Amino acid sequence: MQLINMREMKERQSGKIAAIRARGEVSRRIRDMGLVPGTEFSIKGRAPLKDPVALRIAGFTLALRNSEADFIEVEVE
Amino acid sequence: MVHTIALAGNPNSGKTTLFNALTGARQHVGNYPGVTVEKKTGVYQIDGRQFSLVDLPGTYSMTAYSLEEVITRDFISTQKPAVVVDIVDASNLERNLYLTLQIIEIGVPVCIALNMMDVAKSRGVRIDAPRLSALLGVPVVPTVARNGTGKKELMAAAAQVADTYAGPKNLQISYGEDIDTALAEMEPMISRVEFLTQYYPARWVALKYLEADEQIVSAGRRADAQISEKLGQIADRVASHLNRTLDTDAESIIADHRFGFIKSIIRQGVIEVENEQNRLYLSDQIDKVLINRLAGPFIMAGVVFLLYHFTFAFSEIPAAWMESGFGVLRGLADSHMAEGLLKSLVISGIIDGVGGVLGFVPIILLMFLGITILEDSGYLSRVAFMLDRVFKVFGLHGSSVMPFIVSGGIAGGCAVPGIMAARTLKSPKERLATLLTVPFMNCGAKLPVFALLIGAFFASHKAWVMFAVTLMSWSGALAVAWLLRKTIIRGAPTPFIMELPPYRLPTVRGVLIHAWERTWQYIRKAGTVILAISILLWALMSFPGLPADQAATFGPGQEAALAGAELRHSVAGRIGTSLEPVTGLAGFDWRTNIALVGGFAAKEVIVSTLGTAYSMGEIDAQEASGLSQHLAQAPQWGPLTAFALIVFVMFYSPCFVAVVCIAREAGSWKWAGFSMVFNTVLAFVLAVLVYQAGSLLGFG
Repeated sequence: MQLINMREMKERQSGKIAAIRARGEVSRRIRDMGLVPGTEFSIKGRAPLKDPVALRIAGFTLALRNSEADFIEVEVE
Repeated sequence: MVHTIALAGNPNSGKTTLFNALTGARQHVGNYPGVTVEKKTGVYQIDGRQFSLVDLPGTYSMTAYSLEEVITRDFISTQKPAVVVDIVDASNLERNLYLTLQIIEIGVPVCIALNMMDVAKSRGVRIDAPRLSALLGVPVVPTVARNGTGKKELMAAAAQVADTYAGPKNLQISYGEDIDTALAEMEPMISRVEFLTQYYPARWVALKYLEADEQIVSAGRRADAQISEKLGQIADRVASHLNRTLDTDAESIIADHRFGFIKSIIRQGVIEVENEQNRLYLSDQIDKVLINRLAGPFIMAGVVFLLYHFTFAFSEIPAAWMESGFGVLRGLADSHMAEGLLKSLVISGIIDGVGGVLGFVPIILLMFLGITILEDSGYLSRVAFMLDRVFKVFGLHGSSVMPFIVSGGIAGGCAVPGIMAARTLKSPKERLATLLTVPFMNCGAKLPVFALLIGAFFASHKAWVMFAVTLMSWSGALAVAWLLRKTIIRGAPTPFIMELPPYRLPTVRGVLIHAWERTWQYIRKAGTVILAISILLWALMSFPGLPADQAATFGPGQEAALAGAELRHSVAGRIGTSLEPVTGLAGFDWRTNIALVGGFAAKEVIVSTLGTAYSMGEIDAQEASGLSQHLAQAPQWGPLTAFALIVFVMFYSPCFVAVVCIAREAGSWKWAGFSMVFNTVLAFVLAVLVYQAGSLLGFG
């Protein structure tokens, strides 16, 4: 069990959101899409130029830019 | 009294499908006052009762950060619909209920449509609707919008809610000790002086102050500065406490607790999952190919090319029918009307003007058909996903790609549907930058101009020059987008957090309704303005007429020369002539200037106006080889002049149809004016640079 930044995750790796270190609009947008501490997800893939990243969450798929992923701390095995 | 029912819900929850199923073709598309967000209304009848339905924009939340969300909550709180029907995607319950909670908190009558029950079932998810209803305190009706299942029951339940509503329900969600304490302090303060309570419940107002919601705080300041100040102080105190102790803000805590509340509801036996949660669904398998890092871009290029081909190849046929239809009209007017101004007005002003408006209809309709299919199938968001990194560099968004391509990113498009395609962009700054730069693409109307000049001066390198021209327009557009985002549309990029919705087969009905609505809007709204400007341009090029004594010097057989002299005498001609000293810097004489003024009507008009100015009579834009030879031999023309003109035509003011569309899509004439002035200045500077540098280097 260790904490890493979402950007460092590999494809198909899964993890659980530990913290979102953003404020204001960015924080709100991330949370409004269901990414809150405790949410489990896996990395579905990355775009051809490695950014954005696609996440697989229980019922849906989300894409976010690395610049947003940088705010998200993830607990991985 | 006709009750209003508002439909709210997440994007991709099937909201619009349900709206279409309920209202059929009886719907009306307009805009919310002062903004460009679409407002769809329709009528639904049940048991002799009539309901007015409003399809609110799809949103995930109710913050003040996006236009769609502000519109949604303003509509709910100020228009007070009899019921808000919240469409919840049953296959994605947790995230959808987040919006539901926020709607209930605004304190309006709510009824839930638990949609896509079929998808949920196929995924092995069983939902206990009565239990969910009991826990939330609002009716929950299972539906499948795609085939209309449950729509009658839903509307009956909604009518029941409207008839028996007895005031707001209080969910009493706990937001943790810090927030709850502050709420307990703020609520009585708000209730005592009825601060904003004609629109919102006191608890909701208090929450918005804690969230530092810009819109509500400034509305509060206007309503009662004193109480607003006090509430603000409490919010600041909580904020600094949370910052110190938990390193976070109230907004985040509130959001996290909403999800906590949803989890606690769901855990009380609402959901039963038969299969493993994270197994791969069909969409994930399709995505393995379609957004594969190697295969994805190639497939995308193919799809984009097909869309392009579909739009422009198929629109040629109906466009040709229309053209010949208007040709017949023109012929009728020509043979039945007496020579003179009225005839000229009818033919060149009205018939050509209406023809110009309607000539775009096939292209717009087909473009929207294609884009709607891509959008509804879920593929369009994958395109944005794959290309976002490229467009981000220039301050744009992955979704900017479609407007660029349609406008002529592959030479031969059209900026009018391109500008309208920017509607799929939800980030306001990125969208405006896209609107303002797509007219630099090489649309189909610029091509005859380029073909004329390339044919006359670069005949041996046709393909290379054409390739260079395409490259120039892309780099010019992207560079200007970058510049705009660094200057007048400055600001941090809108956070890019986008759902990649599951792939779905678009419904024929949904696609047709959507494409037709948008096309009809173009005809109705843009059409009238375009006709007026077309008549104005006709007047510019016809008045004042040549005095009779001068006209008399042209004998029979000299009609072409007469037309040339008349054109030079008109207002447009005088503008062109008076500008000659300035435009000479770029190598343009008065004839080119007049042609460029005419090009504001439509870029291909440049060719025919040049023909008139060179006294060559009627020139067909597609068949201009005579003019081409004439230019090649004219002393004032050379490859350098031609190249400077190509550069100018590429970048100068969009044609007025595009300008009208920019005004409509940007929501203000200010931006339309900006694009005319800025683009023309930019084009002139570039053309002068090309001409002067070229002359210095001896290419003249």
